[in-house]
Amino acid sequence: MNAGVAIDEGSVPRFQPHMKLRFDKKRERWTILAPERLFLPDEIALEILQRCDGVATIGAIVDALAAKFDAPRDVIMDDVKKLVQDFAEKGVLKT
Amino acid sequence: MNAPAPPLALLAELTHRCPLRCPYCSNPLELERASGELDTDTWLRVFGEAADMGVLQVHFSGGEPTVRKDLERLVAACGALGIYTNLITSGVLLDEGRIAALAGAGLEHVQLSFQDSEEAGGDRIGGYKGGHAKKVEVARLVRKAGLALTLNMVVHRQNLHHLEDMIELAVALDAHRVEIAHVQYYGWGLKNRAALIPTRAQLEEATAVVEAARERLKGVLVFDYVVPDYYARRPKSCMGGWGRQFLNIMPSGKVLPCHAAETIPGLRFDSVRDRPLDEIWETSDAFQRFRGTGWMPEPCRSCDRREIDWGGCRCQAFALTGDAARTDPACELSSDHRHIVELAQTESDRAPPPFVYRHLGAGEPRAEPALSEEAVPGAGRS
Ligand code: SF4
Ligand code: SF4
Repeated sequence: MNAGVAIDEGSVPRFQPHMKLRFDKKRERWTILAPERLFLPDEIALEILQRCDGVATIGAIVDALAAKFDAPRDVIMDDVKKLVQDFAEKGVLKT
Repeated sequence: MNAPAPPLALLAELTHRCPLRCPYCSNPLELERASGELDTDTWLRVFGEAADMGVLQVHFSGGEPTVRKDLERLVAACGALGIYTNLITSGVLLDEGRIAALAGAGLEHVQLSFQDSEEAGGDRIGGYKGGHAKKVEVARLVRKAGLALTLNMVVHRQNLHHLEDMIELAVALDAHRVEIAHVQYYGWGLKNRAALIPTRAQLEEATAVVEAARERLKGVLVFDYVVPDYYARRPKSCMGGWGRQFLNIMPSGKVLPCHAAETIPGLRFDSVRDRPLDEIWETSDAFQRFRGTGWMPEPCRSCDRREIDWGGCRCQAFALTGDAARTDPACELSSDHRHIVELAQTESDRAPPPFVYRHLGAGEPRAEPALSEEAVPGAGRS
């Protein structure tokens, strides 16, 4: 069953098997390929998506981003949860 | 004129051979025979050219693409080129071994068509006995092989009453996505329009069912819903605009801006047998004819949606008005619109005539902030 959507700090987001994050050399941009769809992640989305490797928890992703951008953890946590939720509803990620 | 932006997606119609006989099949009335199909090496060359051009997705389609024994090789070649591969299939020729071979070749997604939610209707509409049961089995095998699955449900007046069950079937078969597409009226679908076209009330009910299910199944099943043009107020952006994102290669090698483009008389198509793909994309008469907005008549020419829907579907404009360069009659602003609404009403109110099944030799003359999402034209059928 594809899981419904519920996200917390311990969730491990991963890509759905048919969603492929690839660099489009011709157009010089990152793209998520899906059947009859493509998604163009903005910078923040890309930072998160590149860390969704099926191993890292939401908590670990937030730690990494907080360190990289030198930003408060709770703010980042809010953003990450919201975005991951959104990506899951779009069928890009599962948790 | 500057060179056009490169295409995103390519539909490879490997063959017109198919054991099913769907009365809405989007293949042309004159089907290509096996002897006229491109060989493996030509396809491999074409996929290389496509990847260089910037094509990101290849849809393997037909006909029934799995009749081609070289399908695994073609899938693997695309994968090696970094192209996303999608198989659009009726499923009836697949078994566990073949599915494993395709998964092993790197296939990324399977779109499996269903004609109905249950056996009697499914086998009758597809014109193939035992087809429905086989599809259910194949869906399970596809998921067992770890492949992602979309169920394609083509809906019309003879199966819409099962729409809820079709959605349930998609959930039960653990599909990731369901595509519910009302029949499009060209090719065989146009021939069978009176047998297929729903009433406006049926359409509204169907739309309500889909919207409710979409909400209920958030995070479980992704929906794609294609409404029939005849009851629309504005046309769809057919193929994301003629010659803008999409190209279709026929079994014979002819390159088309959309799979129905051959229904338009007077267009000259080039073949990958004769010219490289990028040259065809950039200069072929068929692509140039309706590319952009220069060809547009009023009311499109001065309409603020002209670069949103690109004036709708050229094939439909031709089928309904006899002139491919008119505004798509699906648009309320078209002076032909009233006529097609009347036509839809009259035909859908009458008892449906028997199907004309697809057969060989018909011989009739004829973005959001974080993650912006774009539709990439695919197949929307089968
Ligand atoms: S007038 Fe033409 S461009 Fe405007 S909405 Fe209708 S079809 Fe689209
Ligand atoms: S629409 Fe039906 S007949 Fe046409 S190719 Fe698909 S399965 Fe075969």
